[in-house]
Amino acid sequence: MLELRNIDKAYAGGRQVLTSLSYLLQPGEYVAIMGESGVGKSTLLNLIAGLDSPDRGEILINGTAISSLSDNAATRLRRKEFGFVFQAFHILPHLTLRQNVALPLLLNDAAVKHAEERAERMLGAVGLPGRAGDFPRQLSGGELQRVAIARALVHRPALILADEPTGNLDPDTAHEILMLIRQEIKENGASGILVTHSHAAAATADRTLLLTKEGLSPAAQRIK
Amino acid sequence: MTASSSRSTLGLWLLSGEWRAHRLQIAVAICAIALGVALGFAVHLINAAAFNEFSAAARSLSGQSDLQVRGVQSTFDESLYPLLAQRPEIELANPVLELDVAIPGNSGDRRNATLKILGLDIFRAAIISPDVIGIPDEDRLFDMLEDDAIFLSPAAMGWLKVKRGDTLQLRVGTQAIKLRVAGGLVRTRAGQRLGVMDIGAAQWRFQRLGQLSRIELKLVRGIDHDRFKTALARDLGERYLVTETADQEARVANMSRAYRVNLNMLALVALFTGAFLVFSTQALSIVRRRSQFALLRVIGWTRQQLLRQILLEGALLGSLGSLLGLGLGYLAAAGAIYVFGGDLGSGFFSGVKPRLHFDSLAASVFFLLGLAVTLLGSAAPAAEAAKAKPAVALKPGSEDTALSRLANPWPALTCLGLGALFAGLPPVFELPVFGYLAIALLLIGGIALMPRLSASIFSMLLSMMRRMSGTLPALALARLANAPNQAAIALGGIVSSFSLVVAMAIMVASFRVSVDDWLRHILPADLYVQTTAAGDARGLYPEEMKSIAAAPGVSRIDFFRSSQIMLDPARPAVALTARPIDLTDPASILPLTADVMEPSLLPEDAIPIWVSEAMVDLYGFKAGTRVDLPLGAPGPAPSSGRTPPAFIVAGVWRDYGRQFGAIQMRLSDYRALTGDQKVNDAALWLESGVKPEQVITWLKRLPFGEALEFSTPGEIRTLSLNIFDRSFAVTYLLEGVAIIIGLSGVAASFSAQTLARAREFGILRHIGMTRGQILGMLGMEGACLTALGIMFGSMIGWCISLILVFIVNPQSFHWTMQMSLPWRGLAAVALTLLALASLTALMSGRHAVSGKAVRAVREDW
Repeated sequence: MLELRNIDKAYAGGRQVLTSLSYLLQPGEYVAIMGESGVGKSTLLNLIAGLDSPDRGEILINGTAISSLSDNAATRLRRKEFGFVFQAFHILPHLTLRQNVALPLLLNDAAVKHAEERAERMLGAVGLPGRAGDFPRQLSGGELQRVAIARALVHRPALILADEPTGNLDPDTAHEILMLIRQEIKENGASGILVTHSHAAAATADRTLLLTKEGLSPAAQRIK
Repeated sequence: MTASSSRSTLGLWLLSGEWRAHRLQIAVAICAIALGVALGFAVHLINAAAFNEFSAAARSLSGQSDLQVRGVQSTFDESLYPLLAQRPEIELANPVLELDVAIPGNSGDRRNATLKILGLDIFRAAIISPDVIGIPDEDRLFDMLEDDAIFLSPAAMGWLKVKRGDTLQLRVGTQAIKLRVAGGLVRTRAGQRLGVMDIGAAQWRFQRLGQLSRIELKLVRGIDHDRFKTALARDLGERYLVTETADQEARVANMSRAYRVNLNMLALVALFTGAFLVFSTQALSIVRRRSQFALLRVIGWTRQQLLRQILLEGALLGSLGSLLGLGLGYLAAAGAIYVFGGDLGSGFFSGVKPRLHFDSLAASVFFLLGLAVTLLGSAAPAAEAAKAKPAVALKPGSEDTALSRLANPWPALTCLGLGALFAGLPPVFELPVFGYLAIALLLIGGIALMPRLSASIFSMLLSMMRRMSGTLPALALARLANAPNQAAIALGGIVSSFSLVVAMAIMVASFRVSVDDWLRHILPADLYVQTTAAGDARGLYPEEMKSIAAAPGVSRIDFFRSSQIMLDPARPAVALTARPIDLTDPASILPLTADVMEPSLLPEDAIPIWVSEAMVDLYGFKAGTRVDLPLGAPGPAPSSGRTPPAFIVAGVWRDYGRQFGAIQMRLSDYRALTGDQKVNDAALWLESGVKPEQVITWLKRLPFGEALEFSTPGEIRTLSLNIFDRSFAVTYLLEGVAIIIGLSGVAASFSAQTLARAREFGILRHIGMTRGQILGMLGMEGACLTALGIMFGSMIGWCISLILVFIVNPQSFHWTMQMSLPWRGLAAVALTLLALASLTALMSGRHAVSGKAVRAVREDW
């Protein structure tokens, strides 16, 4: 599904964050990546999503090197194959929940009616039935993250990238959300990468990797 | 459902969501564009309607003639008529005497106090200009030839408050004449004030025996017009002009062109400030939505789709604003024509009643102009949003980097350099095209330099502040210094509006002070006497002059003879004034410029004349130049080989009264050349202790005293300055609109910024700042920005005023003026603006520091 080959990346100031990083993510695999602040976890997600380019090496999505694609081609690939969940939710404030969730479908040229129906089903699946007409300002933080998960999965992407999705939430809500992400990824047959500082959050993934200056390595335990 | 329709739906959702959430900002931006388009369109419609009607009215007087022969002076000897009528190429010659005759009792309004009267040969005029033939009663057909009968157009009857059968009193020189209103005219244009008489009767009653104004010619079919026109002009010599209707239209167009263009430019200034408002609204809205756009890029929107969406928003704003503007403009034009009659205070189009037509071509142009400025205002923010890296833009705090391109000083410096270069270029087609471009570039360059300048100044102030205590000022200055690009957008609104206010105020004040000084110079006498207010039929005869000169208490009296000469058929006539002028000291009565000949160098073989500045620009009459003037006793044509007199330009004087040129010469020279002994006006210097009222009382007792009008210099000055103020009333209106749009810009910028800063305010509330402190900080930011904006606005406005005073005015109207700064007025406007802008910042902040703002810190945006 995803292959990282000898990735090097330095920040604009010249500080090297990733050096000769390699990894192969299998289809259907859900991994958590942990590491110290500033080690390059979010940078790695940006590289995988084609939002940034590696200084050296290749990132292959289903055999296609994303860094070799034009901006438009990378955008089209991202639109179809990726789903994103952020720590800061990023729900468009002036659209209803239905419209927010339907965005990826419309970007993928789905019919509006179908997109809205599917968005409502997704909202039901993440625990927000009957709230499709609400605006984001009417929701709590946990509810907003549920909407973000619905939006990330609504178009059945092959890979979910979640960057500290529970960083803003209380422990109980965080656990609910993490289990929801796992459940949805598994039900949709997608792969997933979860970037987190939290061991509890990492434990919801199939396996945990530790990102250090030396690269990605398996973490000590695997928790179901 | 197609792919494009789902994307359109997405675009529609985003657009409607954004507009629904920020109705006020969107409405302000739409109104700003609408106001700019409305002003431009209204001014164009009014000018076009007035100009077309004025041209049509002027054309209707010439009927269907192929050519017209005119004298270079207002009338010429009728002996030319049989010579022309006998030429085989001419099928019909129609002699016309055209006079502007004064109406007694209407002299309060000097502009409208004359009635145009045509003296026509009814039998010939019926063929060439059948519309302006009188309609007599069925039982009084010979009224058309009666010497006491006049036929009036409906507009003239209404204006004079007379009807068929009434007596109309007119004045010729010092004598009153009575005419009988014998009927109406076949067909005249709405609002056209016209009287028609038999030509013989007109010549007799108006003391113009043997004189004609023009002869209209209808050529035999098959004659080559151009060739015949050239041949006839050559045969008639330089004392006659052979013209066509097109020449007349060109003259009318030339007469008002500079005024119309200047008015349109002023209207475009309003559109420019509107465009800037759209830019600031769009730029700040895009900054606020930076992370939203970044998210859309992350989940699959291409750069092009994003760019298209933002430009679509701009296009929609521009289209709605422009459409609204066109509607408002049409209504405003209709209202202005109903109230002011299309003249807009200029005096160019008085005496016509224009009809408003919806000009679809002009409407399209103004629509596109409104759309274009909106798209231009949206283009830069849209391009930045599309280029932004999504991963970076998703992070909060990157807002000011979004506008970092604004801080590049080179485009601004390039604009300023080009502006300076353009300011030195000559006019194009007698219009200050480069002057206007220089103003636009100066304004754009000055505003574009604001981010860099404001960052430097606020950083400097901040470092000074560090040595003192005060959290709020430090926070306010830190924000302004560290986010200079956002600050510069609000600053730009203040700078653009205030610089335009300063520029216009300095220009108008300079003009007014110059006119006032000029009036003081040209009105040195204690009392001025003239026969009825205006027109071709006024004048004093030598015996009457002697009677006036004999008035007790008068120490000196100068008589003036005013007339007109036509030097170029495509231009309006040049005013000629003959008066006593001291050759050794002409500056004592003429406001001379530096372009003057030494009196001792004046040659004896040439007659000295002094010309206005317009004569230098339009005809090349520089001081020291020998020129030809078609002056001399009117005689039969073609003129008989007499050597024309030589003239030399002895000096150039400043004239704010006539932008198409004026010439002054000594009365003695004029009389010797023309034999014309009549005068129009007299200037009286009184002995000390004698009051003007005493002399007026004595002069009124003269047999012709009732026909005299008296003015003191003070009255003339007051009247002239009133006319000046009326002419500039529309300028004040446009200036006011620019201020309103500018202030709207300030309001929109501040409110957009405070909305975008809701999270910042939330954090400040969390760490312990009270609402009052945040509002105080916002008020300080507003006051600091406005003060800096006023400072820069004053500098840019002063530079623009230099261009207006020393380039645009001389190139448009052919007169120079001295610079005057209206300090008090500007200080008052500056203080008002400072107060209003600070208040606007406070009011914008009130919403942002409400409870919602505290919640904002927990929300993603």
